[in-house]
Amino acid sequence: MSMKTALNELHRASGGRMTPFAGWDMPLHYGSQMEEHHAVRRSAGMFDVSHMLLIDLAGGQSRPFLQRLLANDVARLQTAGKALYSCMLNEQGGVIDDLIVYHLWDNAFRMVVNAGCADKDLAWIRAQAAPFGVTITPRRDLAMIAVQGPQAREKTVPLLPATLAEMAPGLPVFHAALQDDWCVARTGYTGEDGFEIMLPATAAPALWQTLADAGISPCGLGARDTLRLEAGMNLYGSDMDERCSPLESGLEWTVAWEPGARDFIGRKALETKRNAIDNKRLVGLLLEGRGVLRNQQKLFSDGVEVGEVTSGGFAPTLQRSIALARVQPNIGENCTVEIRGKQLPAKVVRPPFVRKGKICIAI
Amino acid sequence: MSDIPNELRYCRTHEWVSCVEDGVVTVGITDHAQDQLGDLVFVELPEVGEAFEAETECAVVESVKAASDIYSPVGGEVTEVNEALMDSPELVNDDPYGDGWLFKIAITDEAELDSLLDADGYQEVVDA
Repeated sequence: MSMKTALNELHRASGGRMTPFAGWDMPLHYGSQMEEHHAVRRSAGMFDVSHMLLIDLAGGQSRPFLQRLLANDVARLQTAGKALYSCMLNEQGGVIDDLIVYHLWDNAFRMVVNAGCADKDLAWIRAQAAPFGVTITPRRDLAMIAVQGPQAREKTVPLLPATLAEMAPGLPVFHAALQDDWCVARTGYTGEDGFEIMLPATAAPALWQTLADAGISPCGLGARDTLRLEAGMNLYGSDMDERCSPLESGLEWTVAWEPGARDFIGRKALETKRNAIDNKRLVGLLLEGRGVLRNQQKLFSDGVEVGEVTSGGFAPTLQRSIALARVQPNIGENCTVEIRGKQLPAKVVRPPFVRKGKICIAI
Repeated sequence: MSDIPNELRYCRTHEWVSCVEDGVVTVGITDHAQDQLGDLVFVELPEVGEAFEAETECAVVESVKAASDIYSPVGGEVTEVNEALMDSPELVNDDPYGDGWLFKIAITDEAELDSLLDADGYQEVVDA
């Protein structure tokens, strides 16, 4: 029996093509994934992301606990509402999950973790928290709606509760405005501007309907995936997992090495890999001709296997196929990808492919 | 509710076949198939002159979701492929029985058509 978000009935009523995802019954698309993708790049679209788990942390030791738990450093969160992207590592330096942590107020923080990792994350966090006396509260009473696109903010602001409507327009990127159980954050997973709105699940259907009435297109998980791929953002479980470190996942920028005395979980293992010359790396790929790059296709250079596609697909904004791929460190600018027994030429590029509606690579 | 024209014949693998005209049949995928696949982004067609047995892989359609093999409903030689799909694979979504046709085959044995499903038979496959 799949779990259902507070918006499940609305998805079905508006023609959502439902699919099982990480134990949830979620919309894949509402008719055309392609049109939903373009809506987000050109105007505004919204996603039900209530399947992600919000975990609140409270107590005097919550900051030192997070400095131990996460590879990025919550010392960077000094003002209420500030957000930080981080990996949570195991002792071997493998990625247990990637997440956003928000500083709510004083000693209160909130982590937003992937739906597919929710149970193992919660168990891991509880186990690590024991010596710190931190209160850990999963918030299944909250829902989350992401509104993304060049017109997302202007369309959303007037529909927010009054106090938040005043605060939201001035929010810098990666900051959130808070009021009671509402949290409006200028974050997202599409490469476009917009908000992620956390709110009581009971209030979510009314907001979703108001946003839809304002002309914001409902978008499913399909468009969410092509948008994040174009934006060069990793998908947990495809582009990284517990078997690889952030250094091999294009995420070294999220590891806060300084101060050197901060002993975060996985630090020792990462330090031994940090200067290794044989670390694989995550790169972008652009298929030169027609075809579609798909997960697990093999990459070759001069007949030698040099890597594997970790997530591939068709990029609607580019009208070309792109991928993220994990490759040997010495890969050049060109390689071939084996697709149904044929070697098709691809270019190695630096993600993102698309940001803020603009193509960022040469095509 | 997907569209299943009465005048066509169908495979359990969701291809349709037209009536024989001058020894040639047209092949495509059904409305139900395109709907299940989602937006098509790439179609790999056979070469003109290639010959296939019935029920063998002869083309690939790729949607935003996945790649799917297309099986030749009947045996014969490919006489024409829908070149327009190279630039506009979405024609298959927009008009699966018309502009979205895939290829034409000079059928070897017209009796093979008798083993295919009619519209009612295919409706049962869709409903199953």
